Amino acid sequence: MTAPAIEIRGLTQRFGEHVAVDALDLTVDAGECFGLLGPNGAGKTTTIRLLVTLLPVTDGEVTIFGLDVGRRAMAVRRLLGYVPQQLSVEGALTGRENVAWFARLFDIPRRERTARVEEALAMMDLTDAADRLAGTYSGGMVRRLELAQALVNRPALLVLDEPTVGLDPVARDSVWARVRELQEQFGTTVLLTTHYMEEADALCDRVGLMHDGRLRAVGAPAELKAALGPAATLEDVFRHYTGDQLAGQERGGLRSVRSTRRTAGRMG
Amino acid sequence: MSVRLDAPPAAWAERQAPSAASRLVSRVGTFCLVELQKLRHDRSELITRLIQPVLWLVVYGETFTRLRAIPTGDVPYLDYLSAGIIAQSALFVSIFYGIQIIWERDAGVLSKLMVTPTPRAALVTGKAFAAGIRSLAQAVAILVVALLLGVRFTPNPVKLLGVLVVVLLGSAFFCCLSVTIAGLVLKQDRLMGIGQAIMMPLFFASNALYPVSVMPGWLQVVSAGNPLSYEVSALRGLLLGTPTTLWLDFLVLLLAAIASISAASALLGRLTR
Repeated sequence: MTAPAIEIRGLTQRFGEHVAVDALDLTVDAGECFGLLGPNGAGKTTTIRLLVTLLPVTDGEVTIFGLDVGRRAMAVRRLLGYVPQQLSVEGALTGRENVAWFARLFDIPRRERTARVEEALAMMDLTDAADRLAGTYSGGMVRRLELAQALVNRPALLVLDEPTVGLDPVARDSVWARVRELQEQFGTTVLLTTHYMEEADALCDRVGLMHDGRLRAVGAPAELKAALGPAATLEDVFRHYTGDQLAGQERGGLRSVRSTRRTAGRMG
Repeated sequence: MSVRLDAPPAAWAERQAPSAASRLVSRVGTFCLVELQKLRHDRSELITRLIQPVLWLVVYGETFTRLRAIPTGDVPYLDYLSAGIIAQSALFVSIFYGIQIIWERDAGVLSKLMVTPTPRAALVTGKAFAAGIRSLAQAVAILVVALLLGVRFTPNPVKLLGVLVVVLLGSAFFCCLSVTIAGLVLKQDRLMGIGQAIMMPLFFASNALYPVSVMPGWLQVVSAGNPLSYEVSALRGLLLGTPTTLWLDFLVLLLAAIASISAASALLGRLTR
């Protein structure tokens, strides 16, 4: 029996007076694509930084495939591929050198390295541009190069913080296609945050709506939409759970889709 | 790219782990290689950074050699100065690395590096040696210019190897000093101000331009605590055969490098919080 990809229990993170993440509970199963949605400042990025060992977990418990992120940080990092919000590659290196750099940092043995780097570049459709300096890449290419850097390690869990922010529609579609491919072909677990409801709808098996450091609702996009009404979009679901009228009302921690349905029914 | 795992991922992560020592060596090698690749793509930087040391040697050096104002014994002043300028150039190159790490933080690159299985100390040591590689490239260029100006230094390969080690250790110290300050001030503009403010005092309160014996008493005390002075003494001793306590120079540089690598590693986490 494999442990869940991510298990979060009672996770809290304060910055001074501000509570960025508030007693968060969440389980993401292996192979799932899970989307964290929420307005700016909801605590999505902080949650991710805690998950990927960038922030030390001081209150609560986080395990990745059964490994505690605090005590087993190095082992956890071997399982991770992480792409932060900013477009972040080394512009003074070529695409291939950027990927090879991360292959070395993940201790991929020398005899496999070249093949793995080429494979990652090919998968992200960057083979032709591999010898160009990454500083000359377009936004969409940079994002694909970052995915190649994250994939060269063959991660069990891929963490994407707003993967398509600032990309044009064509570039966005191509990033979506790659993520879907990864998930379908290799069963990679994906955790992503996004502001774009179409993105969540297109990619995620389940989504969690976050507001003020708490999860307001968790469920499959279709379930959450159906709970609001026959014509509801994910946009409506987003507004429903993160709109001002609900802010700070519910403090019950994680709420299941069922209790969400009841609330939705009550509100007509 | 990812594979369907035949074993649970947790067990798989444990199997892959190399020993701490081999990981450190591998990370230092990786960061040095990346630095060489960057240098290869932008050779113009090597040239632009050579302008200042060449001015020091050609304008300042040639003039003061004629003046004979600085007592350097049997050694011509230009020869004496060239060792100091190698150390100065390594200092200027290395102090830049704190600014670079803040830039990497702002660009998200540092976060990505810190999510790879690389302990902070290994990451910082890697950066320190990367600074050393760039300083060495600079040192070789300066030595060539000095040769063309008629400076005569040792052809002894063991001593030249010693020069390499001294430049690496000195650069590691100044690189991690600036990363440490970066970890304290966290902002690029503030670090630039501080960098400027400490670079010149470090340089003038050293024996790079003139011997310690001509300094006022208080400056001699400062110079005795300045790792740059030990770097310059060692370089002069190795290249020109001037008298120095080599083991002390090496020891001070080694301890200074270890101390600043430790301080920078401890403060690195502040940059990504």
